[in-house]
Amino acid sequence: MTVFTDVVCPFCGCLCDDLEVTVEDGHVKGVKNACGISRSKFLNHEKNRLKAPTVDGVEVPLEKAVDAAADILSTSRRPLVYGLSSTECVAIAKAVELAELAGGVVDNTSSVCHGPTILALQQVGESKTTLGEVKNRADLVIFWGSNPSQAHLRHIIRYSGMAKGRFIPNGRKDRYIIAVDIRKTGTTRLADEYVKVEPNRDFELLQALRAAVRGHELLAESVAGVPREKVTELAERMKTAKFGIVFFGLGLTQSEGRHMNIDAAVGLVAELNNHTKFLLTPMRGHYNVGGANAVTTWQTGYPYAVDFSRGYPRYNPGEYTSIDLLARGEVDSALVIASDPVSTFPAGVVRNLAKIPVVTLDHKVTPTTMLSKVVIPVATAGVEAEGTAYRMDGVPLRLSKLVEPREGVHSDAEVLEMMIKRMGGRAY
Amino acid sequence: MKDIIVKGGYVYDPLSGVDGERMDIHISAGKVVEEVPERDAKVIDAKGKTVMPGGVDIHSHIAGSKINLGRLLRPEDHRKDPVPRSKHTRGGVGYSCPSTFVTGYRYAQMGYTSVMEAAMPPIGARHVHEELNDTPIIDKAAFTLFGNNYFTLKYVREGDKEKLKAFMAWLLKVTKGYAVKIVNPGGVENWKWGRNVDGLDGNVEGFDVTPRQVVTMLAEANEELGLPHTIHLHCNNLGIPGNWETTVETMDAVSSVKPAKGRKNAIHVVHCQFNALDGDSWMTLKSGAGKIAKYVNAHPHVTLDMGQVIFTDTTTMTGDGPWQFRLHGLTGNKWVNSDVEMEAGAGVVPYTFKKNNPANSIQWGIGLEIALLVKDPWRVYMTTDHPNGGPFIYYPKVLAWLMSRKARTDTMLESNKAVMKKTSLANNYREYTFNEVAIVTRAATAKVLGLKQKGHLGVGADADVSVYDVDPSKWRPSQYAEIERAFRRASYTIKGGEIVVKDGEVTSTPLGSTYWVKAETPPELEQELVKELEADFKNYYTVSFRNYPVEDAYLPTQRVVKAQGGVWK
Repeated sequence: MTVFTDVVCPFCGCLCDDLEVTVEDGHVKGVKNACGISRSKFLNHEKNRLKAPTVDGVEVPLEKAVDAAADILSTSRRPLVYGLSSTECVAIAKAVELAELAGGVVDNTSSVCHGPTILALQQVGESKTTLGEVKNRADLVIFWGSNPSQAHLRHIIRYSGMAKGRFIPNGRKDRYIIAVDIRKTGTTRLADEYVKVEPNRDFELLQALRAAVRGHELLAESVAGVPREKVTELAERMKTAKFGIVFFGLGLTQSEGRHMNIDAAVGLVAELNNHTKFLLTPMRGHYNVGGANAVTTWQTGYPYAVDFSRGYPRYNPGEYTSIDLLARGEVDSALVIASDPVSTFPAGVVRNLAKIPVVTLDHKVTPTTMLSKVVIPVATAGVEAEGTAYRMDGVPLRLSKLVEPREGVHSDAEVLEMMIKRMGGRAY
Repeated sequence: MKDIIVKGGYVYDPLSGVDGERMDIHISAGKVVEEVPERDAKVIDAKGKTVMPGGVDIHSHIAGSKINLGRLLRPEDHRKDPVPRSKHTRGGVGYSCPSTFVTGYRYAQMGYTSVMEAAMPPIGARHVHEELNDTPIIDKAAFTLFGNNYFTLKYVREGDKEKLKAFMAWLLKVTKGYAVKIVNPGGVENWKWGRNVDGLDGNVEGFDVTPRQVVTMLAEANEELGLPHTIHLHCNNLGIPGNWETTVETMDAVSSVKPAKGRKNAIHVVHCQFNALDGDSWMTLKSGAGKIAKYVNAHPHVTLDMGQVIFTDTTTMTGDGPWQFRLHGLTGNKWVNSDVEMEAGAGVVPYTFKKNNPANSIQWGIGLEIALLVKDPWRVYMTTDHPNGGPFIYYPKVLAWLMSRKARTDTMLESNKAVMKKTSLANNYREYTFNEVAIVTRAATAKVLGLKQKGHLGVGADADVSVYDVDPSKWRPSQYAEIERAFRRASYTIKGGEIVVKDGEVTSTPLGSTYWVKAETPPELEQELVKELEADFKNYYTVSFRNYPVEDAYLPTQRVVKAQGGVWK
C-alpha cells in the first residue's frame, strides 16, 4: 500500500494540491481531503474505460490506429484540433504542433466558456491575482454569475470564504460575501448578501455600479431589478473595502452581452482601484483550461481559435472557433483530445461533426468516442500520467502519476508525438 | 559535430584583449580550442567581416506569466508581424511580444546566444521554465524575484541576515533561478493594498522596514553568499520625474557593501533610463543622466544597463504593479495587473514612444546619454529592457546610435526639440568603437553575470560565435545604416559549436541550456529555515510546501553554477 500526499487534483480550476491518495496493487483505493467530484474521479477512473484502439469500431493495434489518424489529418484540407483543457501541457504543446503541421485549426474549450473573458481582456485588460492574496487579504468577496458551492466545491473553503490568512485571521467572520445571480444557489445561501439581478441585465448593473463609484447620481429608480439605494450602497461597500475581489463565472460570460459584460466588470474594478484595492478573477472550469490558453499563447501568440492554414498563426474568434467552423461545415476532419464535444455542442453542430471523420483521444467511453472513426485510449493525466496544469489564477502545478496505465496505453502527449512522426513532422 | 574554423575575420574579444585583429577561431566539440586540422573542418570565410563572441543579453522579458499576459493582451501587435513556419522553424508571431520559438530564432539571427529572463515570480517558476524549454537555440537563465517576498521582508525586519542568506540559497535552488532580482522593493508589497512605497526611506506596510534596509541587506547577503551576479535592481520610483535622486541614493546605500571575491561591483541597476529622470513633473522633465553618470564614474561598485527607448508601439511589462497602474492612468491604455501571493506582482500596459512627444524624445536621449556619459563600457550595458523600451529586434538600431553621432543627429532632427534642450546628447561627440560594442553586448555582460564560458573566445570558452557582414577597417560612422543591416542578420551564428544561422536565416534549432545557481548552506541552518517556511506556507500560501519546488523534469538541459566562497557566521 502506498499513500501519496500533496496530490494535485485533476478536476476543476481550483487544482487543490493537498489530496492524499492511497494506492494498493496498482489501484486507487482511497482519497482524502478531496471534494465529492474529485473523489469520484479518482475512485472511478478505471470504470467505463475504452478497451482498445478502434478504427470504424473495429479493434486494431495502436500503430494501425495512429496510422489511420495520421492519414485522416494529413489528407484533410481543413482539420480541426479541439479539446485540450483536461490534459497536461506537453500534450497541449504537441496538439499545437500537430495543427501547425497539418495546416489546420487548434481550438480549446475556452471557445465555449471563458472565451468572452479573453476577448474583454484583449479589449480593456484585467486586474487579477493568485488566490493566495484573496486568502490573505480579501475582506469583500463578490461571486457574480458563479456558483462555487456547486461547481468549484473547495474554492470557498480553501481560497475565498472560510480560508484564514495573514490579515484575515478569523476567516469567514472577517469577510463580507456578496453573491450576484439571477436565482438562489448554494452560493447565494452562504453569502452575507444576495443581489438578485434580472436575467441578461448584468451589464446594466455593472455600469450603474461604476457610475456610482465615480460619484454620479443615478436617475433610474432601479437597475436590472436592483433598487437605486441598493446600487449606491453596494458601490460604497466596494469603495470602502480594504481588498475586494470579484469571482465571475459563465453567468456573465455566456449571458447576453458576453464579452461586454466582462468589459464592464473590468472597468468597474479598474475604477475601484482609484479608491482601494480591487481585483477580479474568472472561475475557470476544466482543471487545465488555463494551461491550454497559456501554452497556445506562448507558442502562437493567441489563446484559442488559432488557424494555421497560411503557415503562420491567425486568430479570429467567431471564425476559427470550433462551433462556428462546424456550423459552417468548413472543417473536413477533427481531432478531439480530452473532451466530449458531442455532449456539449449544439445539436446542429454535432450533426455536422458526425459527417466528417473524427479522431478521438480519451480514456473513457463518451458520446464523442462513439461517433468517432478512430479512437485511441490514453492514460488519465494526473492519475496515470505526469505533467503540468495551470490553476484558474495561472499558478502552475505538477500533476502526479499515481498508478501505471494498462499495458499498451500511452499518455496524450506520447500518442500525439507518434502521430506527428507519422505525419512527417520533425523534432524541433 | 564537425569542427569549425572561422577564418580571417576581424576578431573583437575584449576579455582576451583582442581588439580587431585578423585571426582564426577554431572550434571543436562545442568549445573554442587552440587548433583543429583544416582538412576535417568546416571553414567559414570571415574575411572582411566582424567576428565576436555570441551576444549575452543581461536583461530581457522573454518567458513566464508576464510576457505571456503581454502576448495574450495584444493580438493587434502580433497581427503586424506574423512569422510563417519553414523547413527548420516553427511558425509564430513577432514584434513586441514574440512567441517563444520566434524569440529564440530572432535572438540567434542577431548573433545573440545567451539571454537572461529578468523577472521570475517564484510560484510561477514552472511556467518560466516551460517557456524557456520552448525557446530554441539560445542559452537562458531566469532571475528570481526577492524584493517583495514575504520571507525577505520578514528576515530583514528581524535583522537576521544569516537566515536571509539561507532563504536566498533555498529559493534560487527550488525555483532554479540564476540571480537575485529586486523590483521596486516594498512598493509591490504595499501595492497589495493599492498603495506604493514613498521612496527609499518609505515604510513597507505590515513589516515596518524601508526599501533601503531591504536593498542593503539583500546586497550584503548576495555578496556573502558569493553568488555569481550582484543584486539586479529595479529601483523605487520608476518612471517618476525627479527619480534620479532615488536612484543615486539607492546606489549609495550599498556603497559600503563588500563585493564578493573576484569583483568590484555590488549592485546592478536595471533599465536606468526609466530611473534617470530630472524635473518635478512630466511638463518640466529633463535628463538626469549626467547626475547618474557622475556618480557612477566615481563609484566602481555600480553597473547599469540602458533601457533604451525605441520610437515604436511596444508593450510595457514589469513586476512593478503600482507603476503599471500609474501608466494606465497616464495613457488610458488597457491594463493588466497580476498580483502574486506572498511574493510579487506584475502589470502590463501597451505604450507607444512617439518622436513628437517631448517626454518620449527626452527619454530616448537619456538612454543614449547614460551609455555615452558613463566612461567605463565594462559597467554600462546595451538593453532596451525588452519589450519595455522597445522590442529586442531593434538592438542594431541602438548600436548604430552608439557608434555614430550622425545616426543620433539624424534621429534627433526628426524628434521633438525637447531632446536638444533637455538632454546633453547634441553636445556628445563620443562614438563607440567595435571593441566597445563587443564589451557592452557580450564581454562585460557575461563577466558581470559570472558566466565564465561566455562572452569571450579564449580556449575553453563555449563556442558561441557571431560573424557580422561589416568590415571594421573600412566602416565609417556616417555609414550607420550598414551597422543596422549587419547586426540585424548575422552572416553566421554558431551556438555551442553548431552553425545555427547562415546569412541571417535559421538553419538549425538545438535546445540551449538553462543556467541556475546553487549556493551551499550549513545543513542545520537550512533545516531550521525549512521548518519556519513550512509553517508559514501552511498558513499563508495556497500551494503546499512540497508542491512548490520546480522538479527536474522542467530542466532537460540544465547547467548548474556553484556560488563560490560563501561566508557564514
